[in-house]
Amino acid sequence: MAQERLAAIAGIHEYPLRVAPGVSSMQIKAESMKRALDDAGLDWGDVDGLYDALDGEGGGGLGLAAYLGIKPRLLDTTQVGGSSYEFHASHALRDIAAGRCNVAVTTYGSTAASMRVPIGTGGMGRGGASWQQNMEAPYGSTLISNYAMVAHRHMHEYGTTTEQLAQISVATRKHAMRNPEAVKAMTDLQFVKVDEITVEDVLESRIIADPLHLLECCMISDGGGAAVFVSPEIARDIKKKPVWIIGAGEATKYRENGGDITTSAGAQSAPAAYGQAGVTPDEIDIAMIYDSFSITVAVMLEDLGFCAKGEVGQFIEDGHLAFDQPGLTLNTDGGGLSSNHPGMRGLFLLLESVRQLRGESNSQVDGAKLAVAHGNGGLLGGTHTGGTVILAAD
Amino acid sequence: MANRPQPSFPEPDTQHFWDGCKAGELRYQTDSDGNVVFYPRGHSTVTGDRELSWNVSSGLGTVYTYSVVRQNRMPGFQELGAYAVAYIDLDEGFRMMSTIVGVDDPTTDISIGQRVKVEFEEQAGEDSYPIPVFRPV
Repeated sequence: MAQERLAAIAGIHEYPLRVAPGVSSMQIKAESMKRALDDAGLDWGDVDGLYDALDGEGGGGLGLAAYLGIKPRLLDTTQVGGSSYEFHASHALRDIAAGRCNVAVTTYGSTAASMRVPIGTGGMGRGGASWQQNMEAPYGSTLISNYAMVAHRHMHEYGTTTEQLAQISVATRKHAMRNPEAVKAMTDLQFVKVDEITVEDVLESRIIADPLHLLECCMISDGGGAAVFVSPEIARDIKKKPVWIIGAGEATKYRENGGDITTSAGAQSAPAAYGQAGVTPDEIDIAMIYDSFSITVAVMLEDLGFCAKGEVGQFIEDGHLAFDQPGLTLNTDGGGLSSNHPGMRGLFLLLESVRQLRGESNSQVDGAKLAVAHGNGGLLGGTHTGGTVILAAD
Repeated sequence: MANRPQPSFPEPDTQHFWDGCKAGELRYQTDSDGNVVFYPRGHSTVTGDRELSWNVSSGLGTVYTYSVVRQNRMPGFQELGAYAVAYIDLDEGFRMMSTIVGVDDPTTDISIGQRVKVEFEEQAGEDSYPIPVFRPV
């Protein structure tokens, strides 16, 4: 099947600071939009489509356009957790192909670190009466323990080991140490060791929720960024090479009676994305996978088709993941584990995919042609979304 | 006496379930085709049918998976020390989140596949709802 070139990412910006006191998330969003437009060589007034994940103080289609001072002809406020930005890219492909807009942006801003938001360990379920909160709030489940329940079941069913999962943290840190912004992030956030790590380092870090150790959990940072989506006509005249959005898939999954917790929504969204793109997993050079935790990546490597369900432990042992090893390359920006995680990491998966396909990454894979960005939003062991986006170099 | 967060009402989907806890019953729903509906809702998640029946579970089940929370910054839990959060597969075919009590050390004494039985943990406060928790059998 011939790949269609219906929409592209024309400009990107990643807010460089992970600790940014005195700045609001709305300011991060606006600055990032301006810089992403500059990256593309487009103007503020060119924007005619606005996607937003309801982040920031009064964001969303209702509030963000007013703050920015723009009047787009397409407004989309899709908030599905950390994968919102994969959904935005998916919707931009659909909307631009349908002629509904030509220059669309999605922005993200968060001051989760400066605000001391305990995302992973704050407990959940104090949001008032709801059918689900009423059934779960009494038990003190944290976000991390929810993901940890997936890890336990994966280990039980398939023999996956902590040592194998730890390799994800090790490879990601290796990439982070090549990214000056990630190194500054770990320094500013006072990581105990700002250096490459070993499997032993991961195993010796304290357990936050069994079986997940501290070094298997993403950081909490400030941050944000923006991406500019454009039509093929606009893409011809931008400053840099466009990166094409050639396929996308969306799905959700949740706790089900008798369900398999080791399979995520990605098992539904990924085949849809590959199908639209007309590519197969073995053609992918770069996998940008939401690494909220080691187990998130492990499950997604399976659900994205890089190995069969239950075989990710062996896949990892076979030496994939790092940029200087053969085969698939994972999270070359340093990921949420070691570069940034302001709460919804999905945007950064798109941004680093674009860098790789432009040849601009700090851990560049020579000749990278195809990337998959896969976001997971919500709770891997509970209600979550999966958004898969396939990106191609020009 | 425990001091867990209480369910909040009015909440029409789960009221009857929690009334069951006060009566010492672990209640679940089935639709007219026999499909199990859980967590409680006003419709069948298989057919959309709104004619549901309430049943009482034996309270016997199996640990599907669990985690032991070592760090929780939420008031009411941060003083507990390590405690388990688990999904329990009840023998009648529904899965619920709960905790496992009656073990010396949750980090070593709980396992996937372990057989457990429900009990209703009394909570502090007047007219509070007992919370269904599970103990190894």
